[in-house]
Formats: sequence, C-alpha cells, structure tokens
Amino acid sequence: MSELALAWSNVILILAVVFSFAALLSWIERRLLGVWQDRYGPNRVGPFGLLQIVADAIKLLAKEDWVPPFAEKALFVLAPVIIAITALLAFAVVPVAPGIGVVDLNIGLLFFLAMSSLGVYSIVLGGWASNNKYSLLGGFRAAAQMLSYEVFMGLSLMGVVMLAGSFNLRDIVAAQEDLWFCIPQILGFITFTVAGIAEARRLPFDLPEAENELVAGFHTEYSSMKFGLFFIGEYVGVILISAMMVTLFFGGWLGPLLPPLMWFLLKTFIVIGFFILLRASLPRPRYDQLMAYGWKVMLPLTLVNLLVTGAIVLAWES
Amino acid sequence: MWNSLKTMWTIFLHMFRRRVTIQYPDEKPVIPPRWRGRIILSRDPDGEERCVACYLCAAACPVDCIALQATEDEYGRRYPSFFRINFSRCIFCGYCEEACPTDAIQLTPDFEMGEYDRKNLVYEKEDLLIDGTGKYPGYNFYRVAGLAIKDKDKGEAENEAPPVDLHRLLP
Repeated sequence: MSELALAWSNVILILAVVFSFAALLSWIERRLLGVWQDRYGPNRVGPFGLLQIVADAIKLLAKEDWVPPFAEKALFVLAPVIIAITALLAFAVVPVAPGIGVVDLNIGLLFFLAMSSLGVYSIVLGGWASNNKYSLLGGFRAAAQMLSYEVFMGLSLMGVVMLAGSFNLRDIVAAQEDLWFCIPQILGFITFTVAGIAEARRLPFDLPEAENELVAGFHTEYSSMKFGLFFIGEYVGVILISAMMVTLFFGGWLGPLLPPLMWFLLKTFIVIGFFILLRASLPRPRYDQLMAYGWKVMLPLTLVNLLVTGAIVLAWES
Repeated sequence: MWNSLKTMWTIFLHMFRRRVTIQYPDEKPVIPPRWRGRIILSRDPDGEERCVACYLCAAACPVDCIALQATEDEYGRRYPSFFRINFSRCIFCGYCEEACPTDAIQLTPDFEMGEYDRKNLVYEKEDLLIDGTGKYPGYNFYRVAGLAIKDKDKGEAENEAPPVDLHRLLP
C-alpha cells in the first residue's frame, strides 16, 4: 500500500512540477530573451514580473473560448489536448533522480520516441480542423518536418544505446558514471539536439508556426485556454527534450557534491537556457532549406555516427 | 555552422550590455520640443486669442478632425465661437500648425492623452486654449496686420507705412 502511495505521490509531484515549470518557463523565456536583446522583458507585475504568469493565466481563462463555425468541432477541441497529453506521458519515463520518476520501463527510450512522434497528430489535426488555409499549411509543414526529423532522431540515439547496452533510461544514466556520452557520441549529440529542437518546434525550426508568412500556422484559429494548451504543450516539449538531452548525453543526475535531483534540475535548466539562446540568435531557415538540411546533412551524419560507433563497439568487444 | 555558433556567442555576450529600455511610467522619456503631440491654441503676448478663425487648419486637416465657427467682436477682431478637435481621429501630422497664419494652433510634446472613454477625446476650446504663447513668444498677428482694431488704427502696425490718402494731390 505504501509503495502505491509513494508511486502516486511521485506521479502527482512530477506532474505538478512539470506543469508549473512549463508555465514559469514562459516568464523565464521572456526575461532571458530580454537579457540577450538589451531590454528587460516582463518586470511590472509582482517581484521581477514573476506574477506575469498569473496575469497570463487569468487572461487566457477570461478570454472567449471560441470554436469557429467553419471548424471541425470534435477534432478542433481534441488537438490541443493531444499535445499536452503526449508531452506529459513522455515525461513518465524520464529518470529524474534515483527513486524519483514515474515508471522505470525497460524500453523507456522507445516509449519516449513513440510519444514525441505522436505529438505531430495534435498539430496536423489542429491545422486541418481549423479549416483555414494558413493553419492547413502549418499542419502540412509540421507533418513533413516532424517526419523527416523523427527519422534521424531515433537513429542518433542508437549510438547511446550501443554504448550503454540498454533501452532503459536509468541504465543509460548509470552507464555514464565515468564519461558523459556527449564526448564519445558528439555527432549523435549534435544531431539529437537539432532533431530535438525541430521536434519541439522551437526556433529556428518553428516553421509550422512561422508568424511572418503563416500568421500563426496551426494555431491561428485557437483562442483562450485551447491556445494556452498548445503553449503549455510546447513548453513541456522543451522541458522534455532538455531532460532527455541531460539524461542521454550529460549524465542525468550524476555529479559530485550536490544531491542528484539538484544536478538534474541544474543541467536541464542550462539546456533550456541554450534553447532560448538559440531562439534569441538564429534566424528561421526557409522551408526547403529546412528539409534539405534534415535529409542531406543530418541523416547522413547520423548514419556515419551509427557506423563508426558500431564498429568501435564491435572492435572493443572482440 | 560556425557562423551560427559565432552569432550565438555574440548574442550571449549581450547579457553584459546595458539595457536600452526606458521604464516609461517611472522614467519619463526626453522629448524634443518639435515633437508633434497634443494640440493647443495659444494666446498672443497681450493675452488675447491668437486664432482668427480663418479655417485654414480645418481645411488642411487630412482627417477632418478640426471643427470651428468664426465670429467677430465689436472691434473687428475675428475669433472662433467654438473650436473643437476630435483627438480620436487626429493623426498628429502637424498640417494644421503648418497652415496656421497666426501661429495660434501648435503641437506640443505632451503625448499622454489616454482616456477610458472615447468621447473624452473630443477637446473643446476651453480644453485647447492655453494662457501662454507656446512656441512663438513674441509674435502678435494683430500688431503686424494692417487691420484696424481697438487701440490701433490703420497704418499704426509694426513696419507699416501710413495709409495713402487718395484724395490728396501731394506726392
């Protein structure tokens, strides 16, 4: 019984922390963007503008929750739910620290890949159900982009799996006791970072949204909390990708002196900061450039990484 | 790739730069005197209204936000019986100021005109007329114009020759 209670408290705690951190991230992101663009960002509401997230939440809840009459109602409502659910489900396998985490799956990595690729449904359905050409184009782009970046996202992680000899994320973290995988798997690390950014639809790979040419892409027609869910979904996605990068390449909770949980949070925050820095500095590529980059540069790089790692592991073991 | 990394590093270094934001309500921005903000009607150095209700400002206004009605007092001075500017239409282009022959209508650096109620943006003459001369302190239209008003007959204006008597034969 107490074991069940512990598991439940774990679930609820992680859910609460992830959700509140995702909301807080909207503030952190704006402040950090301000820092890097020589301005302040939100600093009016509460200390350091921290209550800005509360103000945003009130605004989102108080706005009219409108479904356009031309939209496909059921799918329109379902789409933002899917993104939040898949992003949160993928969190189930993230090993936060020894003893902290929702489940310890032997195929944790595969579960993560499966859930993150399901997220595209949300955007494609949302874009299609809006019955708006801009949204449809955004959905198209999302589908093509996520499919092509999904291909090498999985492959880039196979090097890590080979070195660790397991799909279990806790085993992968344990295998990095001596050396973080970001050094022997530098190619895999780079390709996974790029794929992860594209998966989370973060700038510079936010072409499904692309406010310059597609208004707001797939969420043009969304208002109120449905829009908010897309937003939360994106931030949960960012936290998820950062947490996975920390787990797979930066030794997860491993580190001297500080408690494991602190190490995990610290590393995750640094990676999130890096994501925001990317947003502050890099311009968005053209769509054909994005596709060409994925298929012609990143995929071959991943395959090279896979071959080299495989050869080295084979030579090591024989 | 290298370019992107260099860009990111440059942006990262901006963390240590000074912020350029002006924290507006706490910290007022310095506004140049020729800024085209709130419109006023000024008075001449004698404290009389400068506006002679010639309608040129209303004619020049591209959005037709100025309305006025001319009248005349017993000494021959023209003035507007009402003067109304609808600031919810005004685009602060300054054409009215350009058109004004008497420097009466002027644009000031005041831009804090926010209202919660739209009808409060319609300014009447009492709201527009100020006590001072505004940007052009010395200028007095009736002192240079060849028009007979109280205390000044024809030919008594500054730089004005006395009127020619058509019925005299002397050169």
